Amino acid sequence: MDINPVFLLAAVIVASTPILLAAIGELVVERSGVLNLGVEGMMITGAVCGYIAGHQSGSALVGFAGAAAGGAAVAALFGLLTLGLLTNQVATGLALTLFGVGLAAMAGQGYVAPNPVSVPKLPIPGLSDIPALGHIFFNHDGMVYLSIALVVAVWWFLERSRGGLILRAIGENHEAAHALGYNVRRVRFAAILFGGACAGLGGAYISLVRVPQWIDNITAGAGWIALAIVVFAGWKPWRLVAGAYLFGGVTALQLNIQASGLAIPVEYLSMSPYIATIIVLAALSGGRAPGSLGKIFHASR
Amino acid sequence: MERETLLDLRGLTKAYPGVIANSEVSFTIGKGEVHALLGENGAGKSTLVKTIYGLVKPDSGTMTLNGAPYAPAEPRAARAAGVAMVFQHFSLFDALNVAENIALGMENPPPLRDLAQRIREVSETYGLPLDPARIVGDLSAGERQRVEIIRCLLQDPKLLIMDEPTSVLTPQEVQILFETLRKLSSEGTSILYISHKLEEIRALCEHATILRLGKNVGTCDPRATSARDMAEMMVGTVLHTPSRDTAAPGDVVLSLQNLTAPAPHEFGTALKGITVEVRKGEVLGIGGVAGNGQDELVAALSGEMKTGDGMVTLKGQSVGRLGPNDRRALGLLAAPEERMGHAAAPDMSLTENALLTGVVRKHLSKNGFLQWGKARTFAEEIIKAFDVRTPGPGNAARSLSGGNLQKFVIGREILQDPDVLIVNQPTWGVDASAAAAIRQALLDLAAKGAAVICISQDLDELMEISDRFAALNEGRLSPPRPAKGLTVNDIGLMLGGAHDMEVAHVEA
Repeated sequence: MDINPVFLLAAVIVASTPILLAAIGELVVERSGVLNLGVEGMMITGAVCGYIAGHQSGSALVGFAGAAAGGAAVAALFGLLTLGLLTNQVATGLALTLFGVGLAAMAGQGYVAPNPVSVPKLPIPGLSDIPALGHIFFNHDGMVYLSIALVVAVWWFLERSRGGLILRAIGENHEAAHALGYNVRRVRFAAILFGGACAGLGGAYISLVRVPQWIDNITAGAGWIALAIVVFAGWKPWRLVAGAYLFGGVTALQLNIQASGLAIPVEYLSMSPYIATIIVLAALSGGRAPGSLGKIFHASR
Repeated sequence: MERETLLDLRGLTKAYPGVIANSEVSFTIGKGEVHALLGENGAGKSTLVKTIYGLVKPDSGTMTLNGAPYAPAEPRAARAAGVAMVFQHFSLFDALNVAENIALGMENPPPLRDLAQRIREVSETYGLPLDPARIVGDLSAGERQRVEIIRCLLQDPKLLIMDEPTSVLTPQEVQILFETLRKLSSEGTSILYISHKLEEIRALCEHATILRLGKNVGTCDPRATSARDMAEMMVGTVLHTPSRDTAAPGDVVLSLQNLTAPAPHEFGTALKGITVEVRKGEVLGIGGVAGNGQDELVAALSGEMKTGDGMVTLKGQSVGRLGPNDRRALGLLAAPEERMGHAAAPDMSLTENALLTGVVRKHLSKNGFLQWGKARTFAEEIIKAFDVRTPGPGNAARSLSGGNLQKFVIGREILQDPDVLIVNQPTWGVDASAAAAIRQALLDLAAKGAAVICISQDLDELMEISDRFAALNEGRLSPPRPAKGLTVNDIGLMLGGAHDMEVAHVEA
């Protein structure tokens, strides 16, 4: 059985989008100096919220909006705990994941129907008619384009805008930023909300487009992969895209290889995306972590 | 000379739980005046300048700036009113470049390209060369301070507050800074200058306000008052100057042969071919601007960083591959610069901290079990001998003020009877009387026959206690010279000159 490269590459993009969305959100959070390990919990909350909102309204747009709101809501909880009550970020993030997975399983009971809502493809006029390339790059749904647009926007925000400079400064040295009069908590809370909304969108892309139905534990560790990709990409948006597409690419490829019946044990194929991602990104030599990453900020110290 | 008043402080009071930081402090700063604010640690200087800069809200009292009521709610408001501040611990971001760092300190920065141009202009006008594109983490301490100063100057401040600006500079860099400040003053900018270094204040300032325990205890004209008189006003008692009996140095106890090591981290410094011998009863002073390999040298000596065979020899034995506890057993002890988190574990009690380095030489463990009773006695001994102000050894290290904790960590090593003691910045941030006590203790230790290596950026301190003096510059150590008779100029040249600085061209 043959593997059609055009369909494979198009599938790669679909497989990568949830991780890319979650990772670009987490990148902004970490650049502001907050380590939110609850990406998996926010993704799965987004997945179930997106499913329910889409199912009830019949509109994909409402579905994704609900997913972003749901992800941001649990992220807000994380923000209140870590920024307001100064809880430990690692422990709180892990708890957020456990909480999100449980919450989603409970909320999703009774919503077990395939194809909740159709997400239309939006071929880009003209470009999508290019042979092969058109199908790979320009014949997708709106979320794929949005994920790429978000990466560009985040890059521009971080590297070119004043707001991004302030956010990076707060992540680099929150005490100095405070001394200069910047509101560390406000900026971090906004970043956490953005990260939650992005993770929610990523989760909903799985439950509304990739699978598409609601099943328990549907994100299956994608949030952890997103976290790892942020670190291995050295907190840089462009390398993040490479990491996410590499992971999605090997995932899609190994599924195709499995289907084609090559004599490689399934276990090796299943682990290959993880191994390939780690090897390539680690070989690219990591960037420098934000100086205040994961540290608790207290204005009086 | 009578000046028009720029800032008028009336009855400023600020209390924190258990301590009154400022109590009814009043004074005025004239336009274009260089005004010194003097006081020991904990005298309330920092709280006062933070009040002026809008970081602290006073409980009572008023401020008037240029005749109008002034009560900044946040630093932003202070900057908008023309008050700028250069911090003691630089408020810079290592991973960002110079222009980005400066943009962060401005209200409405121009686009980065225009800003870079303005940085070049201002840095040339004031003789402070600086490349806007460089990453701040790679800059020397003097260059970092230039970033802070230029950040302030770009906003045309009416009042520039400088908190301990010269603690990390070479003498030449200090001269250049003073030229810049005099030029600013002649252009009408007022400067509020905080420093421990009284000779500098005498050279620069025309008016001084002295704080003690939060109160304004007097003013003086520093140009007409001796440094000793000012110090005694600060402390409130008569000062004791460290003294020692010079003895002929004994045998070599520690020798470094071509000590070479790569930089341990991205912003670190590599050690390059350091060769020196230290004898019994001798104090070797090592000067140098921060970031020239001090931390790395201490790490290589204490055993935190392992080095090649034969590079570090203690009493004839090569110890380059031994860890800190093995070296302690052999009599080599060290007190690193950073008190919180390096010399002491902040959240552990003083007893636990005493045990952490004392366990080997004071035999505080038996058959693998810790002997808490003995450890507590040892901690109490340190507290008593070094006058550490704390309710008791059960208190967390974090609860001590910087100076008190410094006395504790230095005392802890001295009371273990080392053959070689390495100290880095032993009196950094410590007030005058405590600093004198620490220096005296180091001299007493040397008089008893130990070798002491004192690494410091305070040249007055090094001149006071060293027998020989050497300078660290970019990881290289100059050949040591007898400290007696060295002039400030000699030392400056040993330190590697002024790091490509030029003296400002004063046009006014």
